[in-house]
Amino acid sequence: MSSASEISALAAFFTAAFLLLGSALTLIGSLGLLRLHSFYERVHAPTLGTTLGVGCIAMSSIVYFSTLAGQVALREVLIVLFVTITTPITLMVLVRAALFRDQTEGQDASRANIESAPRPPE
Amino acid sequence: MNALLAYAIVFAQISLGIAMICAAYRILRGPRAQDRVLGLDTLYVNAMLMLLVFGIKSGSTLYFEMALVIALLGFVGTVALAKFLLRGEVIE
Repeated sequence: MSSASEISALAAFFTAAFLLLGSALTLIGSLGLLRLHSFYERVHAPTLGTTLGVGCIAMSSIVYFSTLAGQVALREVLIVLFVTITTPITLMVLVRAALFRDQTEGQDASRANIESAPRPPE
Repeated sequence: MNALLAYAIVFAQISLGIAMICAAYRILRGPRAQDRVLGLDTLYVNAMLMLLVFGIKSGSTLYFEMALVIALLGFVGTVALAKFLLRGEVIE
């Protein structure tokens, strides 16, 4: 922590708040990837990290480096834009591949894969 | 207040590390191939976020460029693996 003592208290507070929020959301998304039951449910969970997690941590980095340099530094917007654009493309191609694999193995394998998953109590 | 930032950085690193362990478990024990590809996708996003947090910790802007390269190459890798899953079954 050589340079963290150079920024003001307000900027440090906002940096820490965005950092905590983003890392907690990413952890929740990865726990969902670990704990959900079927593949089609597991696809949804990591997008929590790729949208809000990336956004919050990039916002934290923008606040920190803007305060450190004394001018507005918006480089991390590049990462947010790129991840936001590419995540739907990636998951759409991946789910299409998974659906194709399920359909070639059996006629209703994809539906059975969804319906055999244990449901949470309603 | 800067002690708060130091604790927040430690918490972010620990939670991102646990998230990377979850993704690695899904790669190792995924029931089918698409689960492993999804775990790899999550793993590179978590590694990119870990590099951003490390850049905040060290105050250096070099880590941003590493994170950007990981984002670019991870997208290409995941799409290539998904296309392989789609095409490998066709050949069979």
